[in-house]
Parts: sequence; C-alpha cells; structure tokens
Amino acid sequence: MDDALLDKLGILADAAKYDASCASSGAKGRKGGAAGLGSTTGAGICHAYTPDGRCVSLLKILLTNYCLFDCAYCINRRSSNVRRARFSVAEVVALTIGFYKRNCIEGLFLSSGIIRSPDHTMEQMMLVAKTLRQEHGFAGYIHLKTIPEASPWLIEQAGLWADRLSINLELPSDRSLEQLAPEKDGANIKAVMGQVNERITEAKEERRRFSPAGQSTQMIVGADAATDQSVLQTSSTLYGRYGLRRVYYSAFSPIPEASAVLPVKPPPLQRENRLYQADWLLRYYGFTVEEIAEGGEGGMLDLGIDPKLAWALKNRHRFPVDVNRADRELLLRVPGLGARAVDKILEARRHTRLRMEDLGRLSAGLKRARPFLITADHHPGGLTDRPDLRQRLVVPAQQLSLF
Amino acid sequence: MAFHRVALGEGADIKGFRRAVRGLAAAGAAPEEVLWTAGDAPSLFGGSTLPDGDTAPPLSLPRAVGELVEAVVCHREPERYALLHRLIWRVLHGERELLSHHSDPLVHRLALLHKAVRRDLHKMHAFLRFRDVPDPDGGERFVAFFEPDHFIVEAAAPFFVERFQSMVWSILTPVGSLHWDRHALTVGPPAAMPEGLGDDAVLAGWRRYYESTFNPARVNPTAMRAEMPKKYWANMPETASIPRMIQEAPARVRAMIEREAAAPIRRSPDKAVAAMATSRPATLADLNALIRRSPPLVPGATQAVLGEGPEGAAIAFVGEQPGDQEDIQGRPFVGPAGQLLTRAMAEAGIDRDAAYMTNAVKHFKFTPQGKRRIHQSPTAGEVKHYRWWLMEELRFVRPRLVVALGATAALTLTGRSVSVLRERGPAGFGDWNGFVTVHPSYLLRLPDGDGARDAYDAFLADLRRVRDLAEGLT
Repeated sequence: MDDALLDKLGILADAAKYDASCASSGAKGRKGGAAGLGSTTGAGICHAYTPDGRCVSLLKILLTNYCLFDCAYCINRRSSNVRRARFSVAEVVALTIGFYKRNCIEGLFLSSGIIRSPDHTMEQMMLVAKTLRQEHGFAGYIHLKTIPEASPWLIEQAGLWADRLSINLELPSDRSLEQLAPEKDGANIKAVMGQVNERITEAKEERRRFSPAGQSTQMIVGADAATDQSVLQTSSTLYGRYGLRRVYYSAFSPIPEASAVLPVKPPPLQRENRLYQADWLLRYYGFTVEEIAEGGEGGMLDLGIDPKLAWALKNRHRFPVDVNRADRELLLRVPGLGARAVDKILEARRHTRLRMEDLGRLSAGLKRARPFLITADHHPGGLTDRPDLRQRLVVPAQQLSLF
Repeated sequence: MAFHRVALGEGADIKGFRRAVRGLAAAGAAPEEVLWTAGDAPSLFGGSTLPDGDTAPPLSLPRAVGELVEAVVCHREPERYALLHRLIWRVLHGERELLSHHSDPLVHRLALLHKAVRRDLHKMHAFLRFRDVPDPDGGERFVAFFEPDHFIVEAAAPFFVERFQSMVWSILTPVGSLHWDRHALTVGPPAAMPEGLGDDAVLAGWRRYYESTFNPARVNPTAMRAEMPKKYWANMPETASIPRMIQEAPARVRAMIEREAAAPIRRSPDKAVAAMATSRPATLADLNALIRRSPPLVPGATQAVLGEGPEGAAIAFVGEQPGDQEDIQGRPFVGPAGQLLTRAMAEAGIDRDAAYMTNAVKHFKFTPQGKRRIHQSPTAGEVKHYRWWLMEELRFVRPRLVVALGATAALTLTGRSVSVLRERGPAGFGDWNGFVTVHPSYLLRLPDGDGARDAYDAFLADLRRVRDLAEGLT
C-alpha cells in the first residue's frame, strides 16, 4: 500500500467516524463458497475496539469527503477547511478485500460526500458494492448509506447489493434540519425511508433479497435545542411507521474546523448513553415515550440514573413486585432486571419458589432491584417508599481513568 | 459402593466423554461413584469394570443438554466432566427439564462455563488476524497465531472454513492447529508463535484505519479493555498504536476546542448545487441508457427491453414484461402475443410504428424447464421497482392516451390491483388519460372456438375505441 493511498485512507476514515453505526448484524446467512469470499452469520462480530470504547466491525469510510452540501454539524461540509480526498471504486474494493482476508472486518460501510450530483454519487457507491458482489463473489456485509436526494430507481437498486441501507435523519425536527442543513429536506428523507421500508417488506413476503438486515438511521444529539422527549418521539415514529431496525444517537462531537453556527463544547456522552437506554425501553420493554419522559424533568432524561430506575422512583405505588407471581410485563419494569433475566425468572419459578439467593444467579442487577422486589424470603417493607432511595442507589460517579 | 475412575484425553475429549457416560449409565453408576481425570494417556476406564461405552445403548437427552455438553467440554475447568455427568444423571433421573431451572446451582455453574466458552470462541473469531506469508507456489497463503483461553480450536474451525473457504491458511495456537488447503481441514498439534510473522502492507493500512476511526473526544479505555482485554493485544497489529492514541487524545481535543471556529471558505458552488436538483435524465435516450446498464431485479434476463416508438406518439401501449423472444431480440412485442397485438392494431386502424410500445417491467423473468424458459409473472413488489422508469418514459413520450394491456400494466399505472375484465375501458392513470384492456397473451391462452373469437372481437372493439379516444383527445 503506497503512501498516497495510506494518506487517503486516513482522511476518509477520519471523515466517516462521526457515523455511530458499525453494526454487522441482522443479515441472512450468506456464503461465498469455494469461488467467492466471506460469510454473514446474522450475529455480527466486533473485530476490534478503539480507545473510545467503540466497536470496529466494518470498514467505515467515505468514497469522498468533497461535498456540495453545507450542513453545519458536518466536518465535510463544503465551507469547511478540512483536507479532501477521493477514492476510486477499485481502491475501496481492494481495501475491503485486503482487510477482509486478514479477518479485520465483517465488511464495508460506505458513505460519501455529494459530488457532482446525488445520482452520480449514489451510482459510484453502488458500483463499489456491485463490483464486490459480482467480481469477487464477496459474501461479507455491505452497509450503504443511501443518499435521499438521489433518484428513486437508484434506491431501488441499492437494496439488491446491500445488507443494510441507512438514511440519516441527522436532526430530530424539520426546522433544525432547515437551519443547520440547508440542502436537506426532512419530508424527502422520510419519503425515501417509506420507499425502502415498502421494498423491504415486499421482498420479505416474496422471499427476495432486498436490504435483508433492514434500514437504520442516525440523529445527532446536542447540535440543536431538541429535548430528549422529542428525540425519542421521533424515534418511536420511525420504528412504528418506517420499520427501522435501529436509530443511532450520536452525541454532537467537537470537530476540527467547526462551524461558527455551533457552540464548541465536549460531547454530551452521558446523554447519548441515556438515550440508548431509553431507546431500548421503547423497543423491548413496552415503555411509551411519555412514561420514559416522566422519569426526568422538562422533557430531559435524568443523567444520574438509568431511565428505568428514574421511572420506577416516580411510580413507587406500582412496587414492590412479587417475582414468583408477577407477569412478564410487570417484571420488565423492575429496575435492574433485564429482558433475559426476566425470561429466566419465568422459567425457573416453574421449578421452585425463588429466593433472593436464586435471583442472584439470574440477574447481575440485584442491588438496584432489591427495593422493588418481593421474593420467598425478602420483602422491602418501607424501603420502596423511603425518600432517600435515590441516593442509596446512585453509584458515585467515577473519575474517567486514563492510563 | 462401586468406584469408577475415568481418564479422558487432553483438551476437549467429547468422544471419550460420550463413550464414558454411556458406559456409566449402562452400569448405573451415580456421579458420586466416579472420579474424572483428564490429560493422562487416553486409556479409558483404567481397569474399571464398566461396560464398553461403544456397545452401550445411546442416551436420549434433550437437544439443549447435548449442546451444553459440546461447549462445556472445551472449558479448562478440571471439574467440567464431573459437573456435566451430574447434570446428565439428574436429567435421566426425573429432572428432564432441569436446564430451564436457571437458579439451580449446578445449572448456573454450567451456564457460566458455557458462557465463557462462547465468549472465547467469539473472541477468536473476532480478534484472530491472518498474515500474508510467502507461498512457494506463488499464490496467497495466510497464517495466524492465536491464544485462546480454552480448548476451542476445533470448535472454532467451521467459522473460518466457511468464511475463508477460497483461501489457503493455517491457524496456530498453543492448544492445537488448523490447516486449510481450500478442500480439506487438517487438525494438527499445538504450535508456538512462528518466527518472523511480521505485518504485511495491508495490515499497515489496517493500522492507519484503526487510528483514524478513533474519536479522541470520546476516549474511554475502560470500555475498550472490557471488550478487548490486553491478553489479546499481542497478536493484533493495530493495538500497538493504542498507548500513543490515548496519550495524544486530550491535547487533540483541547486543540479542537481552543481553535476559533474557522471562517468558512466562501465557496459557493451555485451551479453545482442547482444541477443537483435536475439529476433526472434529461432525455429519453439518457433514461434508456440508464435502464440498459441497470441489473435485472431477478437475475437471468439477457438484456433490458426498452420501449419503442416516437416521442409525442398519440398512444402508448404498456404490456407486462418481455417474453422469451423479446428477451433475445431486445425489442418489445415481437413474440407470439406481440404478433397478435400487431395484427389487431392493423385491423383497428392503429399504426404500430406511430404508437409507443413498452412494458411495465423491463426484464424477462422465467424458470428454466429443460431447454425452454417458462414465463413467470412479476410480483407486485417487482412491478413497483420498475414503476419509476415507466413513469419517466411517459414523461418524455407525452402520449394522449395510455393503454394498459392486462393486470400487471394496470397495477403499475393505477397503483392498485385491477380486475381487467370487470374494469376494461377508459380509466384515469394519475396524470394520464388511460384505458384498460386485456393482454394479447390472454387471447392466445383461450381454447379455440366461439369463446376465443368473441374475446378477439372484444379486444378489437377496445382497440377501435382507443383509436377514437386518442383522436378525440388533444
């Protein structure tokens, strides 16, 4: 690999890293066989972790960081002074194959700045995917970032090559989008999500392959004034109406060459973390956005405790819950009990009346759960209603350690 | 009380364990009567009086127990065989559902061992790195060295064989080795880290990628080490950069925050931005070029069959999809149904050359049956995939009347499923004046006789109405 290519790789990986998604899961099994290369297993694999704690699963790069758009939150906007580079289709293909053969990645996550036109850019991205699939028999994971401004027939074809398509919503409201991303159009983005969702659903019914791992999106948190509640409301709509697999939240990160429109400050990482926990409650724990918002103040989540605990502390009249009798829905509401622990409880209590010691073998979150649970040998008594319960449960914040 | 000593082989001796358990079950030996040892010479049952496990009847165990056994024998825990034997004993003695008793201490203990083995396997699949090594034959050859916690080398093999079937590779570990030559897997003895296994140029690129994808504003080494403990680092080339990445991170972030927001470059690519809005094809020829280079949705077709006829044609006929003949010749309506349509048009006084002829779907879909290719109707989903192109085509042709031949065309043009025989006649297709009639292939499928003649006459009558309607519209 010559220095020029290394240099480009550095620039175009750096330019792509603000996209949070790196998942390689959800694809149907596919094998390259004797003539091809690779496989997708459905579960996804993290091949490395960077010192920011994030998983490296896919080769996440831009085809180019030249861009005609001028989105204030983006390091690659046309008015930024950042260094620019551009890969050829063959270079991206060679990098993907080279890294894949060394077992460094599950596949490729390709995105791009808009050059010449959205259609031209989208066609170049699809050419990468098509070359990998057709000329190299590549059966690894391909995630294409769809360009919503591209012609609808190109989006129709992208799903033929990709395991997952994503279209970034970027900001939770159309008004923020208008202010910070003048070339983007919220209605158009949602129309394309609708189109992709329709195709994915039809393909599934007709047993064809069209973006088998579904579609996802990303919202930037902290670049506009949106509350957590409105962010979650947007997510809930996206899950319900457009069948999205995942909504990613990306704490707005200070970027070199920042735009003057945005305040430069450290990213609200804890807020991002709480949003992911809340998102989980929406999808797997039967919570509504309103219930989650109840746990916080003024539409913002409590940064000090997880959203389930926050909700429980404000709804103490619903506790304690008897683990030997309560149904699944109620158990899922107990702080500290995850969905997997709940399912184990339901199975185990067919064999025995569960005691505290038994629960200790089923869940790692017992410290938080204790005040909200009744077992064969435990009743929290007045603990559930103690005014200082929150203080008792909050783990003192730890200093971030650098080594 | 009888006492049995079972000595199993080094590592994950699943075969020895199965045989021993069968023998013990046949002898009715309870777990407390058995002493398990591993790692001695694999002479089973040193002098015990157990029945031979090879001839003992197989045990009927729930599938989940079998899976648990297969995984847990890979663990380094010296007690693993005794624990598994206790589990099997209880399952065979009245506790068939034991594995769902998650809070039982034995089940819990085995679940932890199982989890550890799964994690170890997962980490091997994730963190192992192949290095390109010189191959005497001049081809590509890869070698990896990895240090798993448990005896998982053979259990890890299927993943690598499936994924890297077309490569030649060796995986060396202190608990065994794997060699794949594109055809067969050989399991070899433990191996040490080979000398001089350096990083090739691609791995240097990988290291650059790893450094660049890191965001210094989010540094969190604890989270990294929880998922990627240091013990794995020695064999991962990218980890050499970690100390420097962490060390430099605070300064990089300070520099970003302290730097004044950069004055935007006054680059105002107005022309380019305006051009984006009109990225739709500018001419019918552009559109056709685009259709031609797009892949068929269902693989198999020879070529895309484009519409044919003049722009500005008064009538556009939309069929279903190209057939066998159309696919070969690359022109619409040239097969048997197309010939019938051409004849009927002539009889109805419509000049085919002056009309625009096209299909809802641009590629032939078929199932091979011997040497014949049997037409298959497009699905509703496929029809929608192609719909955009038809709409663009009509935008260029601007016909006064659009004729939907058959249900597929009617579905494309109306967006809903249409009963052709019930709704034949004038219709509205969004912006277009429309007309619904049968597809000529329907006429070909009718058995000869009065019915067929009547159907043909009705089709002719439709075409005459089409001609008159088109003349009346401006």
